[in-house]
Amino acid sequence: MSIACCTWVVKKVALPILALAVCAAFAPSVFANEAADALPVETAVLLAPPNVPAPITRKTPAKVIVNLTTEEMVREITPGTKYTFWTFGGTVPGQLIRVRQGDTVELNLKNLPSSKLPHNIDLHAVSGPGGGAPQTLIAPGNQAKFTFKALNPGLYVYHCATAPVAMHIANGMYGMILVEPEEGMSPVDKEYYVMQGDFYTPGAFGAGGLQPFDMKRSIDENPSYVLFNGASNSLTGKNALTANVGDKVRMYFGSGGPNLMSSFHIIGAVFDRVYFEGGMKFQEQVQTTVVPPGGSAVVEFVPKVPGNLTLVDHALSRAFHKGAIGIMSVSGEEHPEIYSKNANTKSSE
Amino acid sequence: MKALAASLLVVSVISMTSHAAEYRPITGGTLRTALPLDGDTVEVAAYQLRALPVSQQEFKRFVLAHPQWRRDHVTPLFAGQGYLSSWKTPQDFAPNLAAAPVTQVSWYAAAAFCESEGAALPTWVQWEFAAAADETRQDARKDPLWRAKILGWYETLSLDVLPAMALHPANVFGVYDLHQSIWEWVDDFNGLFVNVDSRAQGEQKVLETCGAAALSLGDKENYAVLMRIALLTALKGQDTVNTLGFRCAKPASKK
Ligand SMILES: [Cu+2]
Repeated sequence: MSIACCTWVVKKVALPILALAVCAAFAPSVFANEAADALPVETAVLLAPPNVPAPITRKTPAKVIVNLTTEEMVREITPGTKYTFWTFGGTVPGQLIRVRQGDTVELNLKNLPSSKLPHNIDLHAVSGPGGGAPQTLIAPGNQAKFTFKALNPGLYVYHCATAPVAMHIANGMYGMILVEPEEGMSPVDKEYYVMQGDFYTPGAFGAGGLQPFDMKRSIDENPSYVLFNGASNSLTGKNALTANVGDKVRMYFGSGGPNLMSSFHIIGAVFDRVYFEGGMKFQEQVQTTVVPPGGSAVVEFVPKVPGNLTLVDHALSRAFHKGAIGIMSVSGEEHPEIYSKNANTKSSE
Repeated sequence: MKALAASLLVVSVISMTSHAAEYRPITGGTLRTALPLDGDTVEVAAYQLRALPVSQQEFKRFVLAHPQWRRDHVTPLFAGQGYLSSWKTPQDFAPNLAAAPVTQVSWYAAAAFCESEGAALPTWVQWEFAAAADETRQDARKDPLWRAKILGWYETLSLDVLPAMALHPANVFGVYDLHQSIWEWVDDFNGLFVNVDSRAQGEQKVLETCGAAALSLGDKENYAVLMRIALLTALKGQDTVNTLGFRCAKPASKK
């Protein structure tokens, strides 16, 4: 073992105490670098959820630079009630990272100087101890860089792994990275990015004011909010998702947790395909799919008639009392042979 | 209002009577530490701790007396780019308040300051020992309300300009602002868990420390302290943070 290595090990010994996720400080970021130097370099385009970066058209690997910030901010969790969110890039979930299997990803994480807390990132797409967390633990005003090779295709969660981890996640520090298979993905008309999360405040849903995080409720797994994309109204009203009758819709759905499993369902649609657990296999004709905290699913369906489809966690108290509800507004031609809006059995004429 | 007036009085008494900083005697004793050292507890010898973190005013005086610590003179090895970057000039702390804690200081600068007043940065366990206390108890850490109050500070966003110190009552040792004000450097921030001699033992030792530590964390529920450790662990000696300052410690007085 070289001197440089040993010095580094000593410095890093302090890290693993903080959390299991930050344990084992040995992710080797050296092995991929020589080959990666020859790769074409591109900077990942990151978009705010529910938007999704464009599909990858490249047929060969690249070195993809991902620039993420960690930001702490106060905004509405539901109209009239505010919450201090900790975020990747200012949104909950953090922006979707889209790369191709075999790409070398250089992840630059910057903790804004205005932050109060240290943060880091653990990407489930990383093969290596800690998923990048040991290399990226950074205090406010500082930045870190680490490199990994995206070996496995699939849809993966990333999250902050700084102690206390559940608190960082409960405050909104999660997102997803999509690793497209080498052969690419089938084209669709619409892609959306939605993540469920549970939030813990002393006040009940909609209590008003600025609500702090409630550690006790988090430990008890008793959320006051269960939300899609970090706010009760993130996918309703003017923020509703849109699609046209006959569109092929693909949704990248994840659960940030920290605690709850989602029974993801869209009222008024059957999923043609669910790439369950975010992997390469799919199930067909699915009504409700289960997504564990720290897990994901890719769902595909085609809206058949116009109107509003409703996204819910089918553990329905969460949907109707804690906020886990969203709308996809579908426009286009009526198809009464599929679905008749006039309730003809109730006709009084 | 009364409390505010009282604490303002404290600030003015401390900062105006003399330039010599107030140190408070800390009894020491057995500390149930959040760090898994060789056991769950560690013996902390008696020591003295500054009643308040080092202020902007005090740090300015230090910089004037030791110009090698001016932001335009300091070597980058000892202080990163953010060092005192909020100061209007290398010798003017405006827009910060004179009585506010100095922040944006590197570990090296903080250590040099403490040395200049015949002291040193406290060790982690010295800091943790004093910080376990509230106004009436030497160890208030089991109190959920006390914890919630501290967590509340971590939950609030950083302020651009920090308020003056001692806005909350002193703890039972007469020490102010160990919580709800700033983060603080400690002397051994970068080697908290490692016996320096263990490097020869290589990875095996490290993994062992790691695995055991995560399971036997001394005070798993004391999130407030865990967050301190997380921050300190994220730092290098030249790093600076907008809300990271320091105070100094001395051996117990001989009398
Ligand atoms: Cu975080």
